[in-house]
Amino acid sequence: MDLTLGVGEIVALVGPSGCGKSTAMRLLAGLEQPVRGEVDRAAGRGETSLVFQAPTLAPWMSALANVALPLELAGMGRGEARDQAHEALARVGLSAAENARPAQLSGGMAMRVSLARALVTRPRLLLLDEPFAALDEITRRTLADDVLTLWAELKPAILFVTHNVEEAVYMASRVVVMTAGPGRAAGEVAVEGPLPRPAGFRASEGFRRSAEAVSTMLAQGMERAA
Amino acid sequence: MKRLTDLAAPVVFVGLLLLAWEMACRLLEIPTYRLPPPSAIGEALIENFPLLARSGWNTLATALWALVIASLLASLMALAAGLSGLVERAIQPVVVTLQVTPVIAIAPLVTIWAGLEHPERAVIGLAAVVAFFPVFSGALTGLKAVDPDLERLFDLYGASRWQKLWRLRLPTAVPFLFEGHKVAAGLAVVGAVVAEFGAGSGGSQGLAWRILEASNRLQTAKAFAALVVLAVMGASLYALLQLAERRALVWWRGR
Repeated sequence: MDLTLGVGEIVALVGPSGCGKSTAMRLLAGLEQPVRGEVDRAAGRGETSLVFQAPTLAPWMSALANVALPLELAGMGRGEARDQAHEALARVGLSAAENARPAQLSGGMAMRVSLARALVTRPRLLLLDEPFAALDEITRRTLADDVLTLWAELKPAILFVTHNVEEAVYMASRVVVMTAGPGRAAGEVAVEGPLPRPAGFRASEGFRRSAEAVSTMLAQGMERAA
Repeated sequence: MKRLTDLAAPVVFVGLLLLAWEMACRLLEIPTYRLPPPSAIGEALIENFPLLARSGWNTLATALWALVIASLLASLMALAAGLSGLVERAIQPVVVTLQVTPVIAIAPLVTIWAGLEHPERAVIGLAAVVAFFPVFSGALTGLKAVDPDLERLFDLYGASRWQKLWRLRLPTAVPFLFEGHKVAAGLAVVGAVVAEFGAGSGGSQGLAWRILEASNRLQTAKAFAALVVLAVMGASLYALLQLAERRALVWWRGR
């Protein structure tokens, strides 16, 4: 598989479970070394952020402390780190929940805190590993728009991993489709239309066409592997 | 209403049990030295209360000292084992061996090491051995219970070894430590009694001594009274720690 992410570009990675999506993500984050091949990153340490399927917050820390954590780990003073965390939480609309603990937040709110934590370091590369998979449909759609709005403000390159075709098409300007066999790309689909998405985008002809193209490619990839 | 019946159920049950016991003793004319009726135990309890309370306090103090010592040692050793797999593999067999050896079996040895004139030290040491394991295994489990994704984030953000310990592993271990101490406190009381049976008690006689003494003199009601004090003490300590644990968890997780 060969995957390139342009500066400030959003690429979605779609594929069935076990196709190596999450592994690709960990390779890009530098958390694992590739067995073969290489990973070239313009974004260095401290410029990459990660959001998992679960919010992955520390339950003993307030929302604010959780968001400030990456900055504090990088050696920033507590006061300044908390100031920036405060800003990041405001950006995801959670100023009121600063002092709440993760156990007191709803699933959607916890995910927003996780997003704020990922953005607080102003990353050039943002890796989203099925970030909405555990949320209900309505929360999922609101959060999808929020991520796109935040992207428009901060312009990180985003790799968005999902197994949901519609979500992939909605979130990205390019969708890379994986085959069922691990570590192989079946091809990619360019999605028409502006980002962030205008209202009613899901009902548009462009959305439908792209989703169909991705679905077809997914099905072919499954057949080839079988 | 449901809460009321929930509360009443055990009271009524125990009441009926005591009543049956009392009736059986009287109707079957069982001699008091064999099985005293609850009324006789109650009398013995009132009559000997100052003595039993003093002995109870001695046993409690022994158990608490043992708990403190076990807590410190077990936490430090768990920390060492949690930080280094080599240390863990090295001490694990020793810890397990210590845990599966009955405390009563090592009591004579510990009595010799503590000095024959200081059996109360031996009792504290033995009770500490009993209380050691739950704290150790709780702390070690907690240090290893880190959410792997959270650890990946720490790695991604370049956390040092110390930052990972202070900001990730130790806080993760906190609830496990509470649980370990709760179990250890109950075991420390049991250990204090068993150890006193095995090692004797020197100057500060505890409840085990009272039970032995009363049994030897066939004052069975008094032995039972000492048992009652012991049971109430153990249950209260457990309830207290349960409450403390619940409060502490609210503090830890915010609700």
